[in-house]
Amino acid sequence: MTTRPNPPAVRLSGVTKAFGAVEAVRGIDLELNPGEIVAFLGPNGAGKTTTIDLVLGLSRPTTGTVEVLGMEPRRAIARGLVAAVMQTGGLLKDLTVRETVAYTASLFADTRPVDEVLERAGIAGIADRRVGKCSGGEQQRLRFAMALLSDPALLLLDEPTTGMDVEGRRAFWSAIRADLATGRTVLFATHYLEEADQYADRIVLVRKGKVVADGTGPEIRALASGRTLRAHLPGADRPTLERIGALGGVDSVETRGDTLIVQAKDSDAVARHLLTETDARDLEITAQGLEEAFLSLTGDAS
Amino acid sequence: MSMTTTTTYDPSARRVPPMGGFNGTVLAIELRRMLRNRRTIVFTLLFPGAMLLAFGGQSGWEERVGSGNVAAYILASMALYGAALTAAAGGSMVALERSLGWSRQLRLTPLHPVVYILMKALVALVMGALAIAAVNVVGALQGKAQMPTHVWIECAVVTLFCTLTFAALGVFVGYVVPGENAMQILGPGLALLSFLGGVFVPLDQYADTVRQVAHWTPMYGVAEIARSPLTHELPWYAVVNAVAWFALFVAGAAWRMSKDTARV
Repeated sequence: MTTRPNPPAVRLSGVTKAFGAVEAVRGIDLELNPGEIVAFLGPNGAGKTTTIDLVLGLSRPTTGTVEVLGMEPRRAIARGLVAAVMQTGGLLKDLTVRETVAYTASLFADTRPVDEVLERAGIAGIADRRVGKCSGGEQQRLRFAMALLSDPALLLLDEPTTGMDVEGRRAFWSAIRADLATGRTVLFATHYLEEADQYADRIVLVRKGKVVADGTGPEIRALASGRTLRAHLPGADRPTLERIGALGGVDSVETRGDTLIVQAKDSDAVARHLLTETDARDLEITAQGLEEAFLSLTGDAS
Repeated sequence: MSMTTTTTYDPSARRVPPMGGFNGTVLAIELRRMLRNRRTIVFTLLFPGAMLLAFGGQSGWEERVGSGNVAAYILASMALYGAALTAAAGGSMVALERSLGWSRQLRLTPLHPVVYILMKALVALVMGALAIAAVNVVGALQGKAQMPTHVWIECAVVTLFCTLTFAALGVFVGYVVPGENAMQILGPGLALLSFLGGVFVPLDQYADTVRQVAHWTPMYGVAEIARSPLTHELPWYAVVNAVAWFALFVAGAAWRMSKDTARV
């Protein structure tokens, strides 16, 4: 085999994917290190599912290359090195939970025992239930059980908790968490910032088919953790605005009529300056929540 | 419960399953699924037998046909009808599973798509064999059909292979008609084709023009072939008919499937 000793779990280089005139992925370069838990965070339509399909070899990139553990995606799938929990569908309602897992297990060269996997996914108690009679959360844990069978080196989760209630979400993530000690690389797509922040070592933010930010949770938050200052400042001239802009930690300065709007990490310094060095009054300082940070990074305004 | 705590995965230690994932567990689960399905049981095991009881006792059943009698001729015809219906139902399930996303799920495993179709075809053949056996048991219990044992067996085996045509038709129709409605079309459709193809009523009872049309329909060829061990008659155009329709349905199924696979 012509693989490097420690190839990245996933490597996307210059990947684009177009469906007719629609460009779902517009040039993604991404490398995931073995053992990383990575959140693929972005709003709906950002190209997350399309990218996951490319990593799974379910579709081919229009340009660029996709490698999984140093090999072509379908080769990794054939060796049980990659598994995925998809968003919806994909189950036969008239099979029992155990039959579904046994069916899937029989297709791999090497698998974990069916009972062990049922236990790990927390569905051993409903093994003889028809899939059609399982709740959404139970079906999702069944998909997780199926994904665990081949003991994959890379696990992809596409919006795994969509449509689950709080309890189902907690049960699902506790099952995933119990599994994390094994050194598996996990990539999960989500549009819940909280989920990404809570469970991932690294967050890759995507917007309109491109990576717009990539870093740890705290890093991503710092990117947009500033505050917004608004003040009434009629007739602000250029030098005044430039002096404000030159203050430490100021991201942007703009005026809307007589209103001055400043985005800054160190809001105290800006406030002190405005109140002592300028005629600014009616000063308002608002903190940017994580949610706004996410929106400012992924929204159209950025 | 113990799960080995490995911190690195060695891709080169992983194996690919033999034969593209072909295995007995899947076959067993698929068969169990079919036998649990009430609708399949009615179509496969009960309906064709009931048809035989309805048609097989008409006057003149004891007249000679080839190496048997008219009742044997009707028995062979009904076995074909039952097996065709079963195979078509099995074929349409391929498309249904695709619409449910199960095929996509299977694409996340080493299972080769061709092996999946092969296993489905095998299950359809087993179910077809059950349908043929059911009609034959009903026929034996009725006690009217007479033909030498080897003819009885030959008819059954030939019929079984003829049903592959309808498995392909089932796949094709299943793709064209979305969801679970495929059988709503295949059921009446196959009954109509059976009338036209001389499965329910011998062709020589039709007007000449109808018979000319009938020779071109998909049930005609396979019906002639399935009964040929009994009748010792097999016009060349019946063989051409059977081969042509088989090729057409397989091509149609393959065409729809490849179109569909493009987006998996």
